[in-house]
Amino acid sequence: MAVPKRKMSRSNTRARRSQWKATAVSLATCPQCKSPKQSHVACPTCGNYNGRNYAEALRSEHA
Amino acid sequence: MPTPTKGPRLGGGSAHERQILANLATSLFEHGRITTTLTRAKRLQPLAERLITKAKRGDLHARRQVSSVIRNKTPRRWNGEGDAYTIVHRLFNEIAPQFAERNGGYTRITKVGTRKGDNAQLAVIELVLEPVSPKQAVVREAEGAAKRSVKEQAAAEVEDTAAETAEVEEAAVEEASAEEAETTEVEADEAEAAADSDEK
Repeated sequence: MAVPKRKMSRSNTRARRSQWKATAVSLATCPQCKSPKQSHVACPTCGNYNGRNYAEALRSEHA
Repeated sequence: MPTPTKGPRLGGGSAHERQILANLATSLFEHGRITTTLTRAKRLQPLAERLITKAKRGDLHARRQVSSVIRNKTPRRWNGEGDAYTIVHRLFNEIAPQFAERNGGYTRITKVGTRKGDNAQLAVIELVLEPVSPKQAVVREAEGAAKRSVKEQAAAEVEDTAAETAEVEEAAVEEASAEEAETTEVEADEAEAAADSDEK
C-alpha cells in the first residue's frame, strides 16, 4: 500500500485548507414582514409561509 | 405508487425504519401535524397517504392492513372528552371522511429552518384539512368550454340563415389562398436566383 514518505508541512496543510470556504446563503424577503428569510422555508421572524403560520419556524437571536 | 427509497434506511436497518415510520404515522394521525426532520417527513409522506387512502376505503381488510402499521392499541379520550377510542378508529371515522373530496395530496410538508443542536433541517408535516379548492387551470378550462359552446350555438344559427353566402365566401378564400401559394413560390424562385447570382 502506498504511504506518504514525508510529514506534510504546516504550510502545505494550511495552504490546502485555505481553499475550504463557506458560502453565504441567498436570502429572499418575507412577503409578510419584509425581513430577510431563506426561500422555500417558513419565515424565522414571523413564521409565515404561503399564507399559513408556523410557530415552529420562529427563531430568536439565541435559539 | 411512490418511488422506492434508495440508499440507507432510517435508523440503520429496515426493521428500525419500519418502526420509526409507524411511530411517526401514529403521531401524525394523533396530532394532525408533527415537527420532525425533513428526511423523516419525506419518508413518512407516502406511507401516511397510503394509510389515508386505505382509511377512505373503510372496509375490514383495509382496517386490518392499517392496523398492521399503526399498532398503538390504547384507547384514549381526544381532548379529554367523549368515549375513548384508538388512533385507527380516529383515522377511519374522523380523518378519512374529511378527505372524501380530496384525490391524494392529503399531507403537506413545510420547511421550518434548522435544529440548534445538529443543524438538521426541520419540517412540519400536517394533514391538509382545508376544503378542496378547484385548480385555476380546471376553472379556466371549464370557462373556455362554456364560451365555446355559446359561440358554436351562435355559429349554427348564422349558418342556418346565410348558408349560401358562407359557401361563396369559402370559395373566395380558397382562390385567394391558391394565389398566395403561387406568389410565394415565385418569390422563392427569385430568392434562389438571387443567391445563385451572389455566388457567381
